[in-house]
Amino acid sequence: MSSLLHRSYPLFHIGNFQQGSTVRVLRILALLPLAAALSGCDFVVLAPAGDVAVQQRDLVVISTVLMLLIVLPVMALTALFAWRYRQSNTSARYEPDWDHSTQLELVIWSAPLLIIVCLGALTWMATHLLDPYRALGRIDADRPIEAQDKPLNVEVVALDWKWLFIYPEYGVATVNELAAPVDRPIRFRITASSVMNSFYIPALAGQVYAMPGMETKLHAVTNKPGVYKGFSANYSGAGFSGMYFSFHSLTTADFDKWIAKVKASGDMLGRNEYLVLERPSANEPVRRYGSVDGDLFKAIVNMCVEPGKMCASEMMAIDAKGGLGREGLNNTLPLTYDKYARRGAVFGPEPTYVASICSVDELKGQSEPESTVPFDTTPLRGAGLKRPLFSPANPSSSSLLLGSRPKSDS
Amino acid sequence: MTLAVVPPQSSEPVFYVVDEHDHPEGASTMLGFWIYLMSDCLIFAMLFATFGVLGGNYAAGPTPKDLFDLPLVAVNTSMLLLSSITYGFAMLAMEKSRVGAMQAWLVITGLFGLAFISIELFEFAHMIHEGATPQRSAFLSSFFTLVGTHGLHVTFGLVWLVTLMVQVARYGLIEANRRRLMCLSMFWHFLDVVWIGVFTFVYLMGMLR
Amino acid sequence: MFDTSSLAKAIFGRLTLESLPLHEPIVVGTFVVVALGGVALLGAVTYFRLWGYLWREWFTTVDHKRIGIMYMILGIVMLLRGFADAIMMRLQQAIAFGGSEGYLNAHHYDQIFTAHGVIMIFFVAMPLVTGLMNYVVPLQIGARDVSFPFLNNFSFWMTVGGAVLVMASLFIGEFARTGWLAYPPLSNIGYSPDVGVDYYIWGLQVAGVGTTLSGINLICTIVKLRAPGMTMMRMPVFTWTSLCTNVLIVASFPVLTAVLALLSLDRYIGTNFFTNDFGGSPMMYVNLIWIWGHPEVYILVLPAFGIFSEVTSTFSGKRLFGYTSMVYATVVITILSYLVWLHHFFTMGSGASVNSFFGITTMIISIPTGAKMFNWLFTMYRGRIRFELPMMWTVAFMFTFVLGGMTGVLLAVPPADFVLHNSLFLVAHFHNVIIGGVVFGAFAGIAYWFPKAFGFRLDPFWGKLSFWFWVTGFYFAFMPLYVLGLMGVTRRLRVFDDPSLQIWFVIAGIGAFLIFLGIISFLVQIAVSVLKREALKDVTGDPWNARTLEWATSSPPPAYNFAFTPVVHDNDAWWDMKRRGYRRPLTRFKPIHMPSNTGTGVILAALATAMGFGLIWYIWWLAAVSFIGLLAVAIGHTFNYHRDYHIPADEVVRVEDARTHLLAAGAKS
Repeated sequence: MSSLLHRSYPLFHIGNFQQGSTVRVLRILALLPLAAALSGCDFVVLAPAGDVAVQQRDLVVISTVLMLLIVLPVMALTALFAWRYRQSNTSARYEPDWDHSTQLELVIWSAPLLIIVCLGALTWMATHLLDPYRALGRIDADRPIEAQDKPLNVEVVALDWKWLFIYPEYGVATVNELAAPVDRPIRFRITASSVMNSFYIPALAGQVYAMPGMETKLHAVTNKPGVYKGFSANYSGAGFSGMYFSFHSLTTADFDKWIAKVKASGDMLGRNEYLVLERPSANEPVRRYGSVDGDLFKAIVNMCVEPGKMCASEMMAIDAKGGLGREGLNNTLPLTYDKYARRGAVFGPEPTYVASICSVDELKGQSEPESTVPFDTTPLRGAGLKRPLFSPANPSSSSLLLGSRPKSDS
Repeated sequence: MTLAVVPPQSSEPVFYVVDEHDHPEGASTMLGFWIYLMSDCLIFAMLFATFGVLGGNYAAGPTPKDLFDLPLVAVNTSMLLLSSITYGFAMLAMEKSRVGAMQAWLVITGLFGLAFISIELFEFAHMIHEGATPQRSAFLSSFFTLVGTHGLHVTFGLVWLVTLMVQVARYGLIEANRRRLMCLSMFWHFLDVVWIGVFTFVYLMGMLR
Repeated sequence: MFDTSSLAKAIFGRLTLESLPLHEPIVVGTFVVVALGGVALLGAVTYFRLWGYLWREWFTTVDHKRIGIMYMILGIVMLLRGFADAIMMRLQQAIAFGGSEGYLNAHHYDQIFTAHGVIMIFFVAMPLVTGLMNYVVPLQIGARDVSFPFLNNFSFWMTVGGAVLVMASLFIGEFARTGWLAYPPLSNIGYSPDVGVDYYIWGLQVAGVGTTLSGINLICTIVKLRAPGMTMMRMPVFTWTSLCTNVLIVASFPVLTAVLALLSLDRYIGTNFFTNDFGGSPMMYVNLIWIWGHPEVYILVLPAFGIFSEVTSTFSGKRLFGYTSMVYATVVITILSYLVWLHHFFTMGSGASVNSFFGITTMIISIPTGAKMFNWLFTMYRGRIRFELPMMWTVAFMFTFVLGGMTGVLLAVPPADFVLHNSLFLVAHFHNVIIGGVVFGAFAGIAYWFPKAFGFRLDPFWGKLSFWFWVTGFYFAFMPLYVLGLMGVTRRLRVFDDPSLQIWFVIAGIGAFLIFLGIISFLVQIAVSVLKREALKDVTGDPWNARTLEWATSSPPPAYNFAFTPVVHDNDAWWDMKRRGYRRPLTRFKPIHMPSNTGTGVILAALATAMGFGLIWYIWWLAAVSFIGLLAVAIGHTFNYHRDYHIPADEVVRVEDARTHLLAAGAKS
């Protein structure tokens, strides 16, 4: 509690001196019965490594305690009344026609109301303070952000079914491995290539959806070195279970070493490499790219990595100015590049995409590199895909406990 | 409904209705049909909302200004409005139990409805022929769906209208048929109201966008 | 000219032999078992020459009581399917550790969790709730039937049609692999080109028509057909919650119809509502479907609240505490349920103000819900509580539901939701409220009204066994999921790496097994009760010493429900009648006007189902023929003027005299 709000909201100063410890005691009490069984478990949501997640954890605990104020009495009363007014207990009072009491009504409506007023106020403030789009105000409970704390920018792309991380300041990229220095704010810009996913590192901060054609943001900071798990929290298709990565929270020196290691990789991530990478694959190993196309993320968000396709930003700008008129009707080209299964609907025309139009910006830039992605010129239309079966060790695996997943290096 | 009491001369409270008559069939039909119309209205509300959200996403394609032919739509609108009026005349004739006049007005209503559908289909065919298909942009998808759903409703209204005319021809203006004609009346006027929304929200405001 | 493959395509669409999941031994095994069971059932029906009886007395019936019973049977049958899915998931998650793939591949597993959600909500919870409302509401308000009896029959068969389509997907083709709400772009043609999502769409569309019409029907019934004297504020609470539920149905299912129609346009003609390209917006789908989806959970739980109100008051032998505030709480929940949908996707980046608005409206719902909880508590207070089976379910509900409510409010705090969204904590939460609320409510309702429907009670021993298995099974199955959620485990995972999680999944699996025993005990309970029906017989029609009108008539009630329409003077109308010396009328019976049975509903629903099947498999001729058939049969039905008949006075006299004798015999013994 105190760590959550005490800087910005004096309202909550009142209870500051002991709230922290009260919360801790309550938390321990609540978990006591389970403690024995849980000793080997990692309650990452309750014991995270990043300040944002810590504040969110505090909020979970405070809200729970607040609600227990009413839930516990209700449970106790249920047990008490059920026992006391059982049929066999003839000594208890029986008033079959008693069905109204204004005072009681007042209590039963106002008690939950009061709790919700408190919780609502808390929610309003915490939601604004912990808005993932809001830049961080502090490194942890005791350290506010200083001017020299330049945030680390990371661009996150959810692919089918792996994660791509681009570090624009360092010009490197990785697949299924994320690293960040401790105590330095991180600014994530998140998108997806095909379907909805959710970017979630429980130890670091709450999740935010990764959606194609859109960019979401998340601000976070890690305070403890270590290796934590990150994954997609929104089901995205056959390879979803293997769509996780490791998040390395490193000291600044280690982080620099890590960057150097990635830089040392000779691989380069350009548009063509991306088009190959984004094809569906499951249980991908870690990959590192020593250099990366600087505009790649922008192109991914605008869904125009494919050569000759109009970017969403350009499209929206044209739309805002009133479209392209009837000429725009002729501005589509048959879709030949097939990422996964972009098939036409049964009654629709052949699948198309909107062709980019030559703009001044584009003339200034260098010419598009020739795509090396194999083009299939047959029109795309068909009933369906082959079923993706992800049990390579035993393709007809239906017997119990057979088959093992190839998952390396994570 | 009169409440007769058993036993009649007692001070006991009345616990059941003795002198009960048959419940007239269809006593709840009007209410039920109203509720159905409201649920249908909700479908249109969703389609309007969809158009509101996606109506500006032209995908670098044509806009309402490029596509809509307002005079044609105005003619179309007047067809539907006139059909509502003529349906009203049919109902007035029904009130006076003049079967012939009512059927005649229903025929006129049906013809207006048919004209409305034909003009709409012509408009659609023209746009699709030019390449402004529902697949071209989200704006066109939502336009065709909203207007097309309304057109589909009118088409079913026409089928219903013909069915009722056959019913009246065969069985006359019996209670059941009067009730059905009232329901169709509500349906028809409802479609009229929805069309006014379409005309304003899609066509007129589309031209202003 | 005609090559065979194009001919086959014209006849069978995309349905080929390869569409049959012959490569999945589990599905084939299931099919064999279901087929054997089905053949045995059909054989038995044929052998005992029951087809004519079933058709005349049940399939074509317009009697709300029989339709209600058929809804319950549908719900229980589908519960078995939905639960089979659940236990398969539990088993997979309990063993898929340490490099093991488990026993389900992704293609199969992803269908299972989708089917589980869809079936449990649409074809288990909805039929159980609708069935209870159908059976009880007309009796509670002293009506002879619902407002539109034929429509009622049609609605039921449409629900069955949807269920048939979903079940067909198990053996012909496949079901959706998208999660139960089928978010695009994943559910769009690009990423789900197979028939799964089409099964989903048409199954729900066909059933949705039935649900909407049944909602309209029950609203009209409650508004128009109440017995004289029953003002709105004298309606039993179950009737009130039914009214609110049906208002919610009528005001939310059209949204589902519309959004699924848009998705099917995307899939069939390639429009761009929910696509990534061409200006489409997948987020709009998520908004629209939750505008239906959130009221849907209140559609399920409000009738359960009504059941608990009736049960608490009956078994405490006391008037319901705070009737007025109970009614207002119900109405407030009804309205607020439309203002909270965004809490299902706080993590989509709506911004802090929007998120906190929807978070706070969600919390506000807990105020009327909390008030209800207190109302039940104070109904028990100074009562004489008989712990019969329905009351046991109610007390279990009160303990369980507050827990689910608490975690629900916790999830309504947006920053807390950021860490718990889509986790197993969430899964535990909604099972906590749906099992703890709706399922417990349905079982309470079944145990409570079963004697009314069949004239004998359910066997208490097996009922209690089922109760304890269910309740302990629930806690074993879902408390570990809360724990796993706090360990950051997300939902819908098929395989796991971290071996420390396994123990929790094993515990949850044991819980699922206990629930399995609970379901078996429930089925045994019904079988045992049928066998022991003479011993469990109730001739009074009022076995629980209850309070509302449905207990004023015989058990089972005659086709016409009440020989004379009752007149109501009090909230607890039957209690009031008993107290003030009501005497059953024995003479002056009159012929009773009733609706006649008709097979049109069955035929229409069968045609709609065939049309759905045609559309799913691109068998266009089938879709077209069934559609034309639908129109023709519907129009033909308007020319049917033999829709009602009179039960002759002699028949009424005979039925009522028989009851008089039974009552006299019962009083003597």
